[in-house]
Formats: sequence, C-alpha cells, structure tokens
Amino acid sequence: MSINAYLILSAVLFIIGVVGVIRRKNLLMLFFSTEIMLNAVNVGFAAISRFHGDLTGQMFAFFIVAIAASEVAVGLGLLILWYKKRGSINLDTLQSMKG
Amino acid sequence: MFEIIAFYLFSILTIVMFCITVFTNNPLYALSSLAAGMIFISAFFFLLDAEFLGAVQIVVYTGAVMALYAFGMMFFDALSIVKEKINNPRLVFLLSGISALIIVLIFVAPIASGNIEAQYPVHPQWGNSQDVGVVLFTKYLIPFEVAAVMLLVAMIGGIILAGKKMDISYSELSEEEIDALEAQTVEKDEK
Repeated sequence: MSINAYLILSAVLFIIGVVGVIRRKNLLMLFFSTEIMLNAVNVGFAAISRFHGDLTGQMFAFFIVAIAASEVAVGLGLLILWYKKRGSINLDTLQSMKG
Repeated sequence: MFEIIAFYLFSILTIVMFCITVFTNNPLYALSSLAAGMIFISAFFFLLDAEFLGAVQIVVYTGAVMALYAFGMMFFDALSIVKEKINNPRLVFLLSGISALIIVLIFVAPIASGNIEAQYPVHPQWGNSQDVGVVLFTKYLIPFEVAAVMLLVAMIGGIILAGKKMDISYSELSEEEIDALEAQTVEKDEK
C-alpha cells in the first residue's frame, strides 16, 4: 500500500467527523465526532511516520491521544454540569450564552 | 497481498462504524460503534509498524475513554431524543463540502512536496517500542512531562466539575430523609 491510500483513508475519516460536528445537535455526539477527527489525524501521522522512516509522526500521535483523553475528562465534566443545570444535552440550550 | 486485503477490510469496517456513530439517533449504538471503530483503527497502526501506538489506541481509547463515556452517560438521560432539525440544510451541505475540499487539499499538499528528511529515523533492529521509548525520553521529554501535568490537571478538573452538588450521599440517608430532601428541591425549583 502506498502513503496515498492511508492519507485518503485518513481524510475520509476526518470528513465523517466534520459532518458529524456540523450535523449533530446532541452534545454527546459532538464529543464522539471530535474523537473520530482526532483518530483520523492519528492514522495520517502514523502513515507519514512509516513511509518516511521518521518517528516524529508517532510522537505527535501519542500527544494527540493524551490531549484527547484530557479533553474527554474536562468535557464530560462540563457536560454533566450543564445537564444538571438545564436538564438537556441539546446544543441549542447553549444559545443563552450569547450575551 | 496480506496488507492490501487487511487495509481494505479494515477501511470498510472503520468507515461503516464511524458512519453509524455519526448518523444514528441512539447514543448507545453510537458509543458501541465508536468503540468498535477505535479497535479497527488500531489495526492500521499494526499495519503501519507502529505496534506501541496500536496498543495505546486499544488501552487508552477503548479502555479508558469509552469507559469514561459510558460512565458519564449514567449521569444524564442520554436516551432522550434531541431534536436535530437544522434550519438551513443547504448551507450545511455547502459548508461541509467546502471543508471536505480544504481537508483533501491539506492532505494532498505534502505528497506533492515529498522531500522530507527523517530527523529521528526508525531502527528496524530495535523494534517499535524501544525506538519510541528512546525518542520519547530523549528528544520529547519536556512535552512528555507537560502532557503528564496536563492529564493531572484535566483529571482534577473533571472530578471537580462532575462532583459539584454531590455533597449529599443518598446511600447514607433513610427513606424519609430522602423524601424530605426531594420535596425541598421541588420547592426550590418552583420558586
């Protein structure tokens, strides 16, 4: 397999994530879509790392995994707090934040 | 031959799983298919000779992140239907098309250049885990420590955010006390 195949796969997965972010109004689904996007980028990094014989891509993928884990911890905490306050996980309820 | 078959099999499986995640209305289906997609993604890391990354993918994503989501879903009524009617569907499709085009351009651009020099070359005789360890603890030690601190801060932040207003333990109260407490909160909400 060439590098192009992996990069195209990575782009396709990223687009699925972007479509999810644009389409969904359920905040939980929004988090899932961001996870998909981060994973897609990880595949791209690993492919570039493999085909250029360089470990930097894998290093970046590790740090992306760490960032994704902390994003989930903080984001889920905020989501639970918001649900306790509003009783809904609809994105539209966040509109009250616009000043 | 093996790599080609594995690549196409796992690409189709991953894309189908992530499509289910994005398009289903049931959060439980979305969670399960996302976990399955994460496992299939790890197959690509094994195909790409990044074994350590593949193991991390399984352990961190399907072990920790998915468990955290499943745990978090207990705190709210995740099965309630969220209305997802978008007022201007044409704008949404235009925006997603443009962003898709931009993303493809971003991914195609580095292929066109292609004169990249390896700064931290792979040593096939060492194996992936040792290679990663050497680079991570020599060249990337400070980012590694910063990531550790960031995870600690995120953990404390998550606990504090999720644990607010949880100072009353229902399991230590009697039935009457719980009834009295709930009556109080109902009164507060009505005010």
